[in-house]
Amino acid sequence: MKVPPPPSGPVPLPDALSLAIVADMVRIRRLEEKCAELYGQGKIRGFLHLYIGEEAVAAGAMRALAPEDNVVATYREHGHALLRGVPMGAIMAEMYGKREGCSGGRGGSMHLFDAAKRFYGGNAIVGGGLPLAVGMALAAKLQGERRVTACFFGEGAVAEGAFHESLNLAQLWRLPVAFFCENNLYAMGTALERSESQTDLCVKAAAFGMATVKTDGMDVVAVHEAARGACERVRAGEGPVFVEFQTYRFRAHSMFDPELYRDKAEIEQWKTRGPIHTFTARLKAQGQLTEEQFLELDRAAVAEVEAAVVFAEAGTWEPVEDLTRHLTAP
Amino acid sequence: MTITYREALRQGLREALASDPRVFLMGEDVGKYGGTYAVSKGLLEEFGPERVRDTPLSELGFVGAGVGAALGGMRPIVEVMTVNFSLLALDQIVNNAALLRHMSGGQLAVPLVIRMSTGAGRQLAAQHSHSLEGWYAHIPGIKVVAPATVEDARGMLGAALEEPDPVIVFEYPALFEMKGEAPQAKVDIVSSRLRRKGGKVTLVTYGACLPKALKAAEEVDGEVIDLRVLRPLDMAPILASVKKTRRAVVVDENWRSGSLAAEVMARIMEQGFYDLDAPVARVCSEEVPVPYARHLEEAALPQPEKIVAAVKGLFA
Repeated sequence: MKVPPPPSGPVPLPDALSLAIVADMVRIRRLEEKCAELYGQGKIRGFLHLYIGEEAVAAGAMRALAPEDNVVATYREHGHALLRGVPMGAIMAEMYGKREGCSGGRGGSMHLFDAAKRFYGGNAIVGGGLPLAVGMALAAKLQGERRVTACFFGEGAVAEGAFHESLNLAQLWRLPVAFFCENNLYAMGTALERSESQTDLCVKAAAFGMATVKTDGMDVVAVHEAARGACERVRAGEGPVFVEFQTYRFRAHSMFDPELYRDKAEIEQWKTRGPIHTFTARLKAQGQLTEEQFLELDRAAVAEVEAAVVFAEAGTWEPVEDLTRHLTAP
Repeated sequence: MTITYREALRQGLREALASDPRVFLMGEDVGKYGGTYAVSKGLLEEFGPERVRDTPLSELGFVGAGVGAALGGMRPIVEVMTVNFSLLALDQIVNNAALLRHMSGGQLAVPLVIRMSTGAGRQLAAQHSHSLEGWYAHIPGIKVVAPATVEDARGMLGAALEEPDPVIVFEYPALFEMKGEAPQAKVDIVSSRLRRKGGKVTLVTYGACLPKALKAAEEVDGEVIDLRVLRPLDMAPILASVKKTRRAVVVDENWRSGSLAAEVMARIMEQGFYDLDAPVARVCSEEVPVPYARHLEEAALPQPEKIVAAVKGLFA
């Protein structure tokens, strides 16, 4: 695939929102860089899927949601959880497997949950979150609540039957779901054109009669505007919307991935489109952000990460006697 | 008053829909068609299309939507036409419904009821006749119940809807015409139950095999225990009975290998070994897909004669 030019041009967002979005993306980046480091030290184990490179999607989309909305995400969900308001310390403690983690240490990196924030995971079955989101939207509709259910999933999920069944049900019943497809071009190591007969994902969604939007997932402004438009439509009761965010993962699929399936040159090319530096460059060009302001945001993120590590390190292990808890209601 | 097992199921559904606005029913042909086995006949007219929802043929999608609706505060009843079709929805049942409470460290609850018909005996051939209760009973995080009487057919749904966790209700078309009384609208879904007193042998069974075990018991002075709840198992009445009879046969329509019967036998061995005068025996389905031809189908399933023969084997 030909790599498009980096996002550019004026940023039409209010200054405060722009700065908040920069902070959001930097917080995810700093958190995950630390996670990779801690993985190397054996503090975090299991699968660890980094979102580095894709931060604009979570940052732009999450700012389009309201507290009463539901969020369903995937196993690459550290950023979504963080921006939904799950405390960084609780996320880090979860990755450590500590009792103070946002899932009590039972879930780990792939299963972050926070019921109070209406953050419903953390689903490690590709496509597994889509039917769930449809059902949550059905509940909202039956209860007469104007609640959007935002369902994040990768383009790999598009090959699953669950994708087709869910989009059909959502459109058939005009349910308030925003389907947010993060197309990072690779389902683990399988490129989109090697797995899909139709690589235009919006065409697939449109086949269900659904409204679709295709947008540059590396451009946080475009992401935010697309997500906001989709959520307004969904909230107004006009039925579900499918948004494709075209993005790119800079790191390996997981910590076990030797990346045999793509060229280093391709990754470097996509890095020129990096969501953080292209956005900050645009803001600086307009005089909406100074280097000192950026460094301040970055320092704050680094400090937050350090505090999260301290919190996780100080966390406790759930007693083994409690092993069989959380199967059924106590 | 005597009613059929089918009518008892319908009464249970009607009561559930009438008594709790959070309850709704969805599944294939539950509405306009009236239910594949006419269980939900008339409910669409009574409760409307929002609460009696016909779904497309997409088991994975609508069972998963049931999980989501339960998370969202509703009390969905999802009907899957047969257990065979539920295999298309296994991901949502096993990977979401059963796991969400645990993966979230106890934050989430999935109060979902999944009803499905199961079992052979009506010449529906291999893809509509399976008995996979044991598979579902293998999964921590879900409760599995099997109404084998009219009273349980009437009451188990209501009890299942009171559970804060997912419950699978197996319904037995082989019993749909069976008549009986349902004196109690409320039943527990905790205990196994003595269905016939006897002295010589304990017959442990559930579902469509219960009438067969009762028939066999007449001939062999059997004490019959209906499991009712397949997960978690209630062993106390079984062990008490074995202590008295000193012999046990487990009757189960599952295939023999890895069957629910195997689990029950293992527990009798673990907890009641010294009460036994003979090895625990079992009568299961033959290890073959259920054939269409009537004589072959009958030969593949547990039958009263096979149960009697198994009991006699314990005294040989």
